[in-house]
Amino acid sequence: MNIFVLLKRTFDTEEKIVIKNGQIEDDGAEYIINPYDEYAVEEAINLRDEHGGEVTVVTVGEEDSEKQLRTALAMGADKSVLINTEDDLEEGDQYTTVKILEAFFADKEADIILAGNVAIDEASGQVGPRLAERLDIPCITTITDIKVDGENVNIERDVEGDVEKIETSLPLLVTCQQGLNEPRYPSLPGIMKAKKKPLEELELDDLDLEEDDVEQKSRTTEIFLPPEKEAGKVLEGESDEQVKELVSLLKTEAKVL
Amino acid sequence: MSKKMLVIGEAREGALRNVTFEAIAAASKIGGGGEIVGVLCGDGNLESLGQEMIYQGADRVVTVSDEKLKTYTPEGYGQAVQAVIDNESPEGIVMGHTSIGKDITPKIASRLESGLISDVTEIDTDGGEIVFTRPIYSGKAFEKKVITDGLTFITIRPNNIASLERDESRSGEVSSSDVAINDLRTIVTDIIRKSSEGVDLSEAKVIVAGGRGVKSSEGFEPLEQLANALGGTVGASRGACDAGYCDYSLQIGQTGKVVTPDLYIACGISGAIQHLAGMSNSKVIVAINKDPEANIFNVADYGIVGDLFDVVPKLIEEIKQANVNA
Repeated sequence: MNIFVLLKRTFDTEEKIVIKNGQIEDDGAEYIINPYDEYAVEEAINLRDEHGGEVTVVTVGEEDSEKQLRTALAMGADKSVLINTEDDLEEGDQYTTVKILEAFFADKEADIILAGNVAIDEASGQVGPRLAERLDIPCITTITDIKVDGENVNIERDVEGDVEKIETSLPLLVTCQQGLNEPRYPSLPGIMKAKKKPLEELELDDLDLEEDDVEQKSRTTEIFLPPEKEAGKVLEGESDEQVKELVSLLKTEAKVL
Repeated sequence: MSKKMLVIGEAREGALRNVTFEAIAAASKIGGGGEIVGVLCGDGNLESLGQEMIYQGADRVVTVSDEKLKTYTPEGYGQAVQAVIDNESPEGIVMGHTSIGKDITPKIASRLESGLISDVTEIDTDGGEIVFTRPIYSGKAFEKKVITDGLTFITIRPNNIASLERDESRSGEVSSSDVAINDLRTIVTDIIRKSSEGVDLSEAKVIVAGGRGVKSSEGFEPLEQLANALGGTVGASRGACDAGYCDYSLQIGQTGKVVTPDLYIACGISGAIQHLAGMSNSKVIVAINKDPEANIFNVADYGIVGDLFDVVPKLIEEIKQANVNA
C-alpha cells in the first residue's frame, strides 16, 4: 500500500499564548506533532504492518518542522517530505496549503492519505477534505476505526458522539479522531534508525508552482487574547448552604436558570 | 454593497437545528440586505422545514429531496448543494460549524476554489469591510479574518451569533429542485446512537462535566441526573476519558470539543490548561472540587470547595425545587 500522512507541527498543548507586536510569540515555545496527526501516523504504521507498503509523512511548513518529521520517522514511518515554504511565502491560508499538496500528490498514486481531523492551532479542519476534493477521491472525516480488505474499506466515524459505519473503497483520504488508536512513543532504536531515513526537502519551484498560483483567499488582520477572567466567588458554609446560595446566584445574578 | 447569500440548513430528527437560524442571522448581516436563499437536503417532504427557514429570516428556500439524501454523505449532499450553488450563484455561503458543516464546507470551498473561514464566533461589518472573529488555539486566542478574494464563505460556531426574531407573517417561496444524485462512492451502513437526548456538546446550553474526581463510570450518574434536571448534557475532561470513565466523544479541551454553553458545571476537574482552553469562554462557569487550590477555580464564576458526591445530589434537589417553585 502506498500510504501518506499529512502532518503539521503545532505548539505544545501546555503552551500559554503570548502576543508580541501583533503576532503570537514563538520564542522558546515547545512544539509537537499536532495530536490528531499523531493518530494518523500511528494508524498509517499499523496499516503498513498489516498490508505491506510504505508510509510517507508530508508536511507543508518551515525548516523547523524537520524535528516533527524525524519523530514520525522514529515512530516507524519510512520516508518524509518537507515542503518548505519559508523563503517563498509570507502568509497563506488553507487554500494555499492545499494548492501545494495538490501539486505534490499529482503523480503519487496514493492508496490512502491519513490526516488529523483538525490542527489544534488554527483548527480549521479544512486541509484534508479540501485535498480529497482536488484529488477526486472520497474523504471520510473523524474516523475512529478502519479496516482495509483489498480495495474495500470499512470505517467507523464519530458524528457528534454517535458512531456511523461506512463502506467505501481505495483510494481514499481519512481524517483521524481521538479513540482511533494509542500513538506509540518512539523507541530508542527507532530514533537511531530515523536519522538514516530519507527526509526530502522541496520548495514551490520543485512542484512547478509560482507564488501567485497559491495566493491565499483570506487573510488574518489581527490576533488577540480573550479578556482575562476574574477569579469568581468561592461560596462559604456547609454544603447545604453553598448549594442554596449557588442556585440563588445562578438565578438572580448570572440569570442562567 | 449587498450580497446574495446562501444558507445551508441542517435538520436533526425532523427539526431544524438552532445553528441554522443563527446562520440565517449571520447571512443577513453579511448580505446587507441582499437576498437570503436557504437550501435543505433530505428525503421526503421538506416543505415545512423550508417554511420555518422563511419565518426565521430567509427570503426563499430551495429543497432537494432524494432517498439517497436520507442520511448525510459528503458526496450526496455535496452534489445536491453544488447543483443549487451553480443555479443560484450566491456571493456568500453560511453554514453551522457542526459535524456535517465541518465535513462538507471544505469540500465545497475546494471545488469552488474559494476561501472558507470556519468556526466564526462574531461578525463585524462596521468599518465597511466584513471582519470575522474566530478562536485559535482552542480559544486561548482569537483571530480576525477577512476574505481577500472570491466568495464570502463561512461556518459559524453554534451558540455565538443570535438568531433573528421568528416572524410567522414572513412569506417566501419554498421550491423543490430536482437534482440527479449520482452513485456514491461511500455508503452509510449503520448509525449507532450513543449520544443522549441528541443534544450535541457544541450546541448545548448547559454542560455538566466530570473529571478524574468522578472516579468511575458509575460516578457519572449523578452528573447525568444534574444535566437532565438542567436540560443539558454531560461532558468530560481528558483525565476522565483516559481513565476509561467515559467515551472520548465527550472530551472537552484542546484535544476534544471546544464548548461555549451558557452554564458550565465542572465537577472534580482540576483545570489543566488544555481543558480550560476548551471551556473557559463559557458564559457562566461553576466549579465543584475538593481541592481549594485547583486551577479550575481561577476561571470559575462560582466555586464550591467540597466533595462532588455530596454537593451534586443536593444541587439536583435544589434545582428540582426551584423548578417546581418557578
